[in-house]
Amino acid sequence: METTPAKILIRVGAVITLVFLYVPLLIVVLYAFNDSIGQAWPIQDYTTKWFSAAWHNEQVREALPNSLLIATMATVFALILGSLAAFAVHRFRFFGHNAVSFLLVLPIALPGIVTAIALNNSINYFEIPFGILTIIIGHATFCIVVVYNNVIARLRRTAPSIVEASMDLGANGWQTFRYVTFPAIRTAVIAGALLAFALSFDEIVVTNFTAGSTLTIPKFIYNNIRLPRNRPIVNVVAVAVILIMFIPIYIAQRMAGGPDVQAAAANTQAAETPGL
Amino acid sequence: MAAIAQERPNDDGRTRASAFLYRHPRGKLALTLGAPITWFLVVYIGSLLFLLATAFWSLDVLTSQVVPGFSLDNFQTLWENDVYRTITIRTVGIAAAVTITDIVLSFPLAYYAARLASSRARNAVLVAVVLPLWANYLVRIFAWKIMLTPNGFVNWLAELTGLGSLQLGRSNWSVWLTFVYLWLPFTLLPIYAALERMPDSLLEASSDLGARGWTTFRNVMFPLILPGIAAGSIFAFSLTLGDYIAPELVGNTQFIGNVIYDNVGVAGNIPLAAAFALVPIAIMAVYLLGAKRLGAFEAL
Repeated sequence: METTPAKILIRVGAVITLVFLYVPLLIVVLYAFNDSIGQAWPIQDYTTKWFSAAWHNEQVREALPNSLLIATMATVFALILGSLAAFAVHRFRFFGHNAVSFLLVLPIALPGIVTAIALNNSINYFEIPFGILTIIIGHATFCIVVVYNNVIARLRRTAPSIVEASMDLGANGWQTFRYVTFPAIRTAVIAGALLAFALSFDEIVVTNFTAGSTLTIPKFIYNNIRLPRNRPIVNVVAVAVILIMFIPIYIAQRMAGGPDVQAAAANTQAAETPGL
Repeated sequence: MAAIAQERPNDDGRTRASAFLYRHPRGKLALTLGAPITWFLVVYIGSLLFLLATAFWSLDVLTSQVVPGFSLDNFQTLWENDVYRTITIRTVGIAAAVTITDIVLSFPLAYYAARLASSRARNAVLVAVVLPLWANYLVRIFAWKIMLTPNGFVNWLAELTGLGSLQLGRSNWSVWLTFVYLWLPFTLLPIYAALERMPDSLLEASSDLGARGWTTFRNVMFPLILPGIAAGSIFAFSLTLGDYIAPELVGNTQFIGNVIYDNVGVAGNIPLAAAFALVPIAIMAVYLLGAKRLGAFEAL
């Protein structure tokens, strides 16, 4: 299989895919400095004037605190419910076990518009006022999955023997959780929370159906993307969002760990276990 | 661990509580699973079932009021009206095209990361693949919108490379390109995971037995990574089926999602929207069953 020509082909293909992934992002960043309102390529003159225009934009000022509040609250809900669900599904075998794990991934397996219209329909019918609360409910529902996936993946990789050893050494359930289980899954929990935050901060498909007239950052972009006059400001907000998002995501990536990080963690755990 | 030793003797309330829970695993199960399941059943499954019910309701044409009841009128409208059928076929067709394109584009990079790269390069590639996913979804559509303008980057590149004037503008081609871009990381990661799990020994055995590259790929590698491909395809397919934003911003035709969005908003015919929302659910149910048979859920 891995003949030299095949390897070269694969490398070329790999480079093409990477370029395809990054050129659009690069172009958005460049256009944020575009002096002209038009979108002609190549860009003629560069400017930073849109950054202050965006900073002083009233809608942006309204949307940003909303987005931060919603993402924080959705993350808190997701963190609690997602971790609990991961523990239950990992630890216990019970009637409907598979149904539960299927149920939890449903919000990401079903098309987004289905979740969106289902929630919209219920909110409408029960006459709950559309606003920050309804957005949080929607976001928490699919953020639970992200935390759940991260935590259960780590639990599956954690050797059950360390929990048994802890019990044998006389620790009660709480102590075992506090000193053995939690340290083993801590980074997965944090990574899940960061991803949930990013997911909520990013979300538009469901938000459009649950927000009413409440403005969030994605809703601001969605509303203004079609107004050519406002496109430079949208562009600056877009770049700001890219930069803001990359920080939590980068940390989450480091924490959840690539394959090597995981292997290293497993080795460390194995080495530490006898000393418990 | 000194901390554990200090907290002895273990006859405080916490110990008794945890001992009780140890003896009564059902109590522990209820404590851990109760809250998340209640949330899901009430908020999510409740809403989905209610959506299902609403699909059988109808809209009073005169008062624009939703009338509860049981009628199959919405489904009849969807079935008999050519417009809805065309939109469904278009949505499924583009979703399939996007899924296949993403799989093809994913394979070389996934293969490189899983089997050719050094461990440092591999981690760098994985981070590089996932990062764009978190550059706001709308931002990524916006990127394609500005690249696809008449004198934008795509046409500039097409002329530069001698393809001539492409002028994709607002078209299904643009929607296809944008979707391929949006969901690529979702297909790539499961394919990568499948390739990484594939034991070298099987490939070596195949080549020892005289199989050439293509034969090994077709008969050994492909069956082994098929669950990963199926897993990745779920995301690309489902996300395309349920999207209304990319078609609205870079396309000029309607997708299932657009009809639903318009009926919830402007037209105010929620029962019809609810009925149409069942179409992607039904399609995904069939798709997930197929993916499950290919072992996709073990590869997630």
